[in-house]
Formats: sequence, structure tokens, C-alpha cells
Amino acid sequence: MATEENTGIGASVLRKEDRRFITGVGRYTDDIQVSGQTYAAFARSLWARARIDKLDTGVAAAMPGVIGVLTGAEMAADGLGGLPCGWLVKSKDGSDMQQPEHPPLAHTHLNFVGDAFAIVVADTEEHAQGAARALEQSVEVTELTPVVSLADATQSAPIHEALTSNVCYDWEIGDKAACKAGFAVADRVVEVELSNNRLIPNAMEPRAAIAEYSTGTDELTIHTTSQNPHLVRLILAAFVQLAPEHKLRVIAPDVGGGFGSKIFVYSEEVSVAWAAKKLRRPVRWTATRSESFLTDAHGRDHLTKAKLALSSEGKFLAMQVATKANLGAYLSTFASSVPTYLYGTLMAGQYATPAIHVEVQGTFTNTCPVDAYRGAGRPEATFVVERLVEMAARQLRADPAELRRVNFIKPDQFPYQTPVALVYDTGNYEASLSQALQHADYAGFAARQRAAEGRGKLRGIGLSCYIEACGLAPSQLAMNLGAGVGLWESAEIRVNPTGSVVVFTGSHSHGQGHETTFAQVVSSTLGVPFDQVEVVHGDTGRLDFGLGTYGSRSIAVGGSALIRASEKIIAKGKRIAAHLLQAGIDEIDFQDGVFSVQASNQSVTFAEVAFAAYIPNNVPTDEVEPGLAEKAFYDPENFTYPAGTHICEVEVDPETGKIDIIQFVAVDDFGEVINPMIVEGQVHGGLTQGIGQALFERGIYDDNGQLITGSYMDYCMPRADDLPNYVVDTTVTPCTHNPLGVKGCGEAGAIGAPAAVVNAVTHATGMKDISMPLHPEKVWRALQRKRRAA
Amino acid sequence: MNEFSYSRATSLRDAVRSQDKSGKAKYLAGGQTLLPSIKQLLDAPERLIDLSGAGLDGIEVGRKTITIGAMTRHADVAASAQVREAIPALADLAGRIGDAQVRNRGTIGGSVANSDPAADYPAALIGLCAIVHTNARKIPAEKFFVGLFQNALKSGELITKVEFEIPTGAAYEKFANPASRYAIVGVFAASFDHVMRIGVTGAAHFAFRWAEAEGHGLGVKDLSNVSLDQSRFNSDLYASATYRAHLVRVLTLRAVSRL
Ligand SMILES: Cc1cc2nc3c(=O)[nH]c(=O)nc-3n(C[C@H](O)[C@H](O)[C@H](O)COP(=O)(O)OP(=O)(O)OC[C@H]3O[C@@H](n4cnc5c(N)ncnc54)[C@H](O)[C@@H]3O)c2cc1C
Repeated sequence: MATEENTGIGASVLRKEDRRFITGVGRYTDDIQVSGQTYAAFARSLWARARIDKLDTGVAAAMPGVIGVLTGAEMAADGLGGLPCGWLVKSKDGSDMQQPEHPPLAHTHLNFVGDAFAIVVADTEEHAQGAARALEQSVEVTELTPVVSLADATQSAPIHEALTSNVCYDWEIGDKAACKAGFAVADRVVEVELSNNRLIPNAMEPRAAIAEYSTGTDELTIHTTSQNPHLVRLILAAFVQLAPEHKLRVIAPDVGGGFGSKIFVYSEEVSVAWAAKKLRRPVRWTATRSESFLTDAHGRDHLTKAKLALSSEGKFLAMQVATKANLGAYLSTFASSVPTYLYGTLMAGQYATPAIHVEVQGTFTNTCPVDAYRGAGRPEATFVVERLVEMAARQLRADPAELRRVNFIKPDQFPYQTPVALVYDTGNYEASLSQALQHADYAGFAARQRAAEGRGKLRGIGLSCYIEACGLAPSQLAMNLGAGVGLWESAEIRVNPTGSVVVFTGSHSHGQGHETTFAQVVSSTLGVPFDQVEVVHGDTGRLDFGLGTYGSRSIAVGGSALIRASEKIIAKGKRIAAHLLQAGIDEIDFQDGVFSVQASNQSVTFAEVAFAAYIPNNVPTDEVEPGLAEKAFYDPENFTYPAGTHICEVEVDPETGKIDIIQFVAVDDFGEVINPMIVEGQVHGGLTQGIGQALFERGIYDDNGQLITGSYMDYCMPRADDLPNYVVDTTVTPCTHNPLGVKGCGEAGAIGAPAAVVNAVTHATGMKDISMPLHPEKVWRALQRKRRAA
Repeated sequence: MNEFSYSRATSLRDAVRSQDKSGKAKYLAGGQTLLPSIKQLLDAPERLIDLSGAGLDGIEVGRKTITIGAMTRHADVAASAQVREAIPALADLAGRIGDAQVRNRGTIGGSVANSDPAADYPAALIGLCAIVHTNARKIPAEKFFVGLFQNALKSGELITKVEFEIPTGAAYEKFANPASRYAIVGVFAASFDHVMRIGVTGAAHFAFRWAEAEGHGLGVKDLSNVSLDQSRFNSDLYASATYRAHLVRVLTLRAVSRL
């Protein structure tokens, strides 16, 4: 196989999918044109909180081009159910979390600016939008006092009348008594109050949906921008009860980025599908960028008080964390799990802290729902841990690298049971730290700092040693903790008679490059040339079931399922080969795409076996069924635990407060790497989002609950010229419990980077703390205060 | 977006004649401000008069001044050998407006007519004692910018060109809004032999001349006690009025030090 060497596992194969993406011939939802299509626009709440008194659709319905105006009340009358939250979290006292009603279209109350209450369908986008704006102006409402501030939300009257308070749950994990004991004997206690800024996801492709209903077959087909189309189908069938599952087909074609925001099931795709069925016309909708800002589930938004107890030798004794997490106005699909099981469980970080206790209060406010966004809970946890550790080092006047090192979980301690439920299977934190320190020339920092001083600049260096838990698993454990879905993944491999292969995966690629990496895996295991492996995903009509892509799970869980399916293909291939070679099945070896019998020196190729499977000459079909296609469902034993060290070096201009990132080093342990180039790309993207959170991004509502940062004029995304050239490297401790030894790499950058940046800036300026994003004026003011105090 | 009619003027006279007094027709230059405003329903002109064929672009260098036609694109000013030779700081300023797409479409006439408090050109107009030529008259820059998005143009009046005095030295310092990349504060300092001129944009409702600083001369090392009228300073998410005032001082020193 001439090409195998440079397309196998571990090779930086160029991304197959890029040819179509870069040349503009991808097929995104909005590219799909359907004959007879109509255009939808949504009438949305202009108020953060209001009661609908009267909604008269007459005027809008009579506007030019309008085909239908459908309201939340009609949807409710049609018996459609609400949007569910897929993870039931219990409070400390054992009670279930409080769940507000979440109708896809609001019909009694509006709970955040952008909350949709009617869908307008018209012959053109302009007509639909015109009528939707008219509805927004004409709906009669009683404005109610909104609850906007996270800090005050729990004390305010409930925003949902049916709930007793704005507290969704009061959750905890860890041993409170052990933690208290740790603090009692501590030599030193470091305390911090942190906020984790609300982020707006900003996928390049806005959300979109097109629904077609066939009156002949009663089938409803929805093209939508989803990270997991099977979940959309399941929720629409089982919860919203829009159509039975076997009459629903959900297709997520090319999807231009999600970062979590496209995991969830939203009002719009439900409404578009419902309207298509009701009006018997195909209905399409693509979010404007303004709608994306207002309604794509936001991320993060925590307020946290945390403290760390240390011994006189600088050993971590205990850690205590209390967090208020903003969940927004409704519970989005996985909202409840993010600040709990994806956050509290990560508080051990890379350290052997013996006692940890975490409390989280999930809180409702009149803001856009908050859910998973790249990293989901783990960036927030890393930020708490790594800010505390940094502050401890500064207070103890210890070298931050050294303080981390002495508290690391050591390589011989794996598997390691943390005090917050997780069991880390493997890792070598010392290795990634050392390598990162070298790349960053940590030893030479003092000289660089002096040189910067000469130029009037404040230079600082900051570390972040993060851990994450990827490939959420296993299903049973997660379900015991309240998860409402399984966490396995499916794969199917269909071998064509000519020996080429179609791979179906239940994971979903929306920028990650699965068509390339998954083809590399299958090409390597089956010995089929790389370009004869086609990867299919994102269509409930073509694959059995899948759980999509989130939480850096695809290669660890989806890739493992592929290996299982490949093993079945090889096993069957051996049985066929045994007949063809007239040998015993135990005599057949398979390597590099060739089945061979050592004793007789005879062999058949994979393609020959495939051909024989379909044209079974010399293969008795009563012994071996014809065909060569196999499926596998893989349920992992454990999470995977990517970890690493990020080091950021900055210069601050004390006159203006402006921060320049001079260098950023990321050394990550992702286990085995399938395609180093793609991994590096994932790290670059993640780091950029992490740096974006640290320096630029924040979703801000004013006191009335109006989103102030509703466009790129005010919401600042990081741009290439804000960033240095990253230094990216890896260390490898293979995952111990999946066949590829892989861990996942999609979120690491966003998880590790924020703390590294803030640690660097606090180091440079000598400030104790400063809240993200580090806008120049904020830094300048902090420096002014420090100067005055001195 | 509302419907509008469109016509393309073939000359200055044609453009002005197409205009009526109602204000419902608008000149279309690069469209970088006007078109987004229309799309967002912030503006709803009934007619657009496209100036791109009216012969209003071009750069002319005289003995003491350089004159830039209203329809000259930012990218062309940035790349112009004449501008780089005569007033490199002006080419530098034009090259730092927005992004490449904006610079390829946006024009000096549109920018000046729009009088955005955060736009870059107005600082240079003040700093370089520019004269705004219109179809009817000549307006000195200092009298041109009069309020938030407000200027001395009368309804239907058309900017034809902007004439800048060539300085002995000039420098532009921009502190950009990290999100929009418009100027939070921009300071254009110019020297005419030993006389200094300071134009400030971004800080206040409209670009202004900081005369108090000019008096301190080219060698100035400290401006902290020089008076600066902050009564009409802007304050937003990224910069309070106090911070802007501080930046005006910092950037002025930096610009002056480069003269
Ligand atoms: C993403 C983005 C970033 C930007 N960043 C910056 C920046 O950093 N700095 C900066 O300074 N600007 C910036 N701009 C604005 C840009 O410079 C525009 O080009 C400028 O504001 C308007 O110029 P225009 O030629 O596009 O005018 P248009 O949008 O066509 O017109 C603007 C207004 O001026 C009127 N008008 C146009 N020409 C004339 C004329 N000759 N006489 C009378 N009236 C006229 C129009 O009727 C309209 O009311 C940015 C714009 C965008 C979209």
C-alpha cells in the first residue's frame, strides 16, 4: 500500500473535507434549496420579563407575503410538549432540581430578551421579518421586574411563578467534614472571589433549519445545524411529540462550528418543523447574527468563592468552593450538568489535594439560557484551581512551577481516586510541566523581565496546569447521576464489493475533521487505502443512532466504536478467507489489508475477501452469511483525562493598561494522537477562545435585561493580530481503557488558557486579582489604585 | 430592509441635481456605514445617489497642500506614493481604518460626512488644518465637526474633496476599541515648522483641537496638568471619560515624541 505510510494513525494527513470548505462548495443548511420553500422569522420578546396580555395576529397575517402566523398558544393547543433538560441534578437534601416549563414558543410569559413567542412564515425573508417586527410592536404585555444579576437572583422573587425560588438546585460534592478538618490544621489559607465571565458562542455559521413535510408519507425531514441530530430526533419525538421517531428524519449536513451551542434543541427548529407540518409548505430559517447573540445558549457565568488550605511545606490540604452558576431563563438541554458534574468533579485538578468540597447553586435569571460551551464546566473549574494555586505561590513567595510540582499526583499514583468522584486512569503531569517550562524558557524569564522594564513595560509569566474529563462515561454511572441519555457511541462499517469502505459514525463533525481522522483509523486497521474510506455522519436516515459530538468525545468514544466494528469486519473476513484459502480459521493472519496462511504461504487481499463476501463462490452461505458490514456500540469504562501545562508570557503597558501576549506555550497530553496537524489546529482554536475569554469576551446585560453586547461592535472576539504564534507540543501517556489509547483534544485550549493569561497579568502587575476580561481600562485602573496605595 | 431607488450620478452636477431638499435621497459613497444602517432599519432613505461614477476620486499634490477627492478609498490613500511622500502619517492613518474590506470600499468623503465620533480621519483633518470643499463652499475642519454625528453640511450639500496642509512632521497614535477597532482615542499631531497642532478623535462627541497642549511646544514631556475640556467626552463599555482623558494625554505625548 503505497499511500499507507503517510495516511495511517499518527500522520499529519491534510483534511479531506477542506477542499470543499475552502473552495466554497460545502453544503450547509442554508445552502439547501427546496421547491415551494417559505421563509420563517420569529417574533421575540423585547423585554427581559413580561406577561403576554394580548397577542392579535390579524395585522401581521394581513401583511404582504405572509402565509401564516403561528403563536405559542396555538402550539400549546396542538399539544406540543416543552423542551426538556436531559440531566436531572439533585440538591444536597435529595430533592430534584426545579424545572420551569420551557415551551418552544412562549405563550403566557416572556422570560428573556429574544424569547420567541410566534413564528411568521412568508414568501420572502423580508416579508417574514417585517411581519415578525410588527408582532413584536403590537403584542400587549405587562412588564414584570426582571431578575438579571446573578449575585442577587437567589434572594429575588421567583421569575417562574410555578417555582418556589430562583434556585434550580443546591448541589454539592465531596466531603465537607474532611475539608473542614483540613482547614483546621492548615498553616496558611488562600482565599479568592472569582467571576467566570459569560461568553457568547459565535459559531461562524449561524443556526439554521429547513423542514419539509410529506403529506403522502407523513414524514417530516429537518435539516438543521446540530452537533447531534439523533438527539434532536429523540427529543422532538419523545418530548415535544412533534412526530413519531420513525416518521422523523433529522439531518445535520456540513455544520460551520458549534462549540457546544449546537448540541441543544432550540425553539426555532421545533417551530420550523411544526409550521411546515401545519402549513404543508417547506419552511426555512437562518438566524441573523443578532439572533445568534440573543439566543444561542451562552456559556460560563459563575460567581465563586474558593479557598485552599496549605501546610507549612506548601502541601495542599483541602479546598473549598462555593459557586453560583447562572442558568439563564430556562434549562437548556444539558444546562444542569455543566456547573455540577462537569465542574465540581474537576476540582482536584492535577493535584493530590486530599479533601475537597464543592457547592453549586444553579440559578435562574431573565437572561439567555446558559449551557455547555467549549470546555463546559472544566474551564471554570481549572480557573478556580489554577488561580488559587497561583495566589498561593505568590503569597508563599514560592516558585509557581515548583509549588505545582510538589502537589502533583505522581505517575505511580494512578489509577488515582480524587475526592470528587472521578478516577484518573493515567497521566504524567511532571512531564508536560517540564516540557512546557523548557519551551517557554522559564529560566530566562527574569532577564526578559528586566529588559521589558527598560522599555517601560511590565512583564509577567503565568502557568496553568489543567485537567479535563472527556468522553463522558460510562452510561450506567452517568445515569445513576441523573443523565437522561446513554453515553456510548455507534459505528458501522460497510465494505463494498470492490473493497472500498463506507464508515458511519454517530459522532458528528462540525469543523473537527472526522472525515480525515476517522478514515485514517479505519484505513490503518483494515489496510484499505485512505482515499477509499468514506466517512458518513449527521443523518438519522443513514445511521442507526448516535450521540453526536461534544466534550471532546469523538475519537475516544466514536473512534473506539470504529475499532470494535473493524474487529468484527476482520473476524468475518477471516472466516471468508479461510474458505478461500482452504485453511482453518485459526491459521489466518490479517495484516496490512492481507489475509494470509503462514504455513502454505497463500494469501488473499481485503478487496478479494470483500468481493467474495458479496459473490460467494467457494464460500458456503449457510456457514458464513453473505455481505460484509458490521456495527458496534461502544460504551467506555471511564472518562479520559487529557491534561497539560499552558504557559503565557505577557507585557503590560502601564500607561494604558494594554496587554500584549508575547508567548503562549501549550504542552498537552492527549494520549495517542491520530493526526498531529489536526490536533494542533484544535489546540490553536481552543487557546484562542480561552485567550478571548481572558482578554476580550463578555456577554453583558444591563439592569433591564437588555443585552448590551449584541453585536461585534461591542462583543469582542479575539483576532489573529491579538495573538502570538503559539508553541504547541504534546506528551503521551496512552489512555488505559480504550483501544486507541486516545483522550481527546477539542477543548483543552479553552480550558487551560484563561488561567494562564490571568496568572501572567497578575504576575506582571503585582495585582492580587483582576476579573476577566482584562480590558485595558480595568488593568489601568487597578494599576492606578496600586500606585496610590503604595 | 426597506425598498429604495438607486441612481448613479455621472458628474458632480448630476449628483447635486439628483438631490432634492427633502433629505429622503442620500449620497452613497463606499456604503460601509450607510448600507449597514439601512439593513438594520436605522436609516430608510427613499433614494440612493451613487457617487462612484461622479469623478470625485483622486489625489493631487500642490506646493503647500495635498487634496484628496471625496470618493478616494481608504486603501488608495494608504497606498498612495504621493501621500506617503508628503504626509506619511496620513497614509498610516488610512491604512489603520477598519479592515481590508472596509478600506477597499470606504471613502474619505463618506467618513468625513458621517462624522462618527470614533472615526480616524477627523483627527487628521483637525491636525492638518484641512479644508473641506463642498459643491457650495469651503469649510475649515475646526468649524466642520460640530456634534455627535453632526457637521456643518447643509441638507443635500456634497463634499467634493478635502485639502490638507503639508506639515513638516506628523504622527498618528490610535488606541483602538478592541471590538470595533474604531478609535477609543486617536491623536494626530503635526508640526508646521515650530508650530504644533493636535487633533483628537474618539474622545469626545466630535473631533477637536487640543489647543492647550499645542502651546507646550514640541519638546513637551508632561501633559498631566494641561487643561482638557472633558464636558463632552464619551463613555462606553470599553472606556470611561476619565480613561479617555488619560489616553488623550498619553497618546499626545507619544505622537509628539515622534514628530
Ligand atoms: C467593519 C467596519 C469597521 C470600520 N472601522 C473604522 C475605523 O476603524 N475607523 C474609521 O474611521 N472608520 C471605520 N469604519 C467606517 C468606514 O471608514 C466608512 O468607510 C465610513 O464611515 C463611511 O464611508 P463610506 O464611504 O463607506 O460612506 P457611506 O457609508 O456610503 O456614507 C456615509 C454617509 O455619508 C454620506 N456621504 C457619503 N459621501 C458623501 C459626500 N461626498 N458628501 C456628502 N455626504 C456624503 C452618505 O449619504 C451617508 O450618510 C468602519 C466601517 C466598518 C463597516
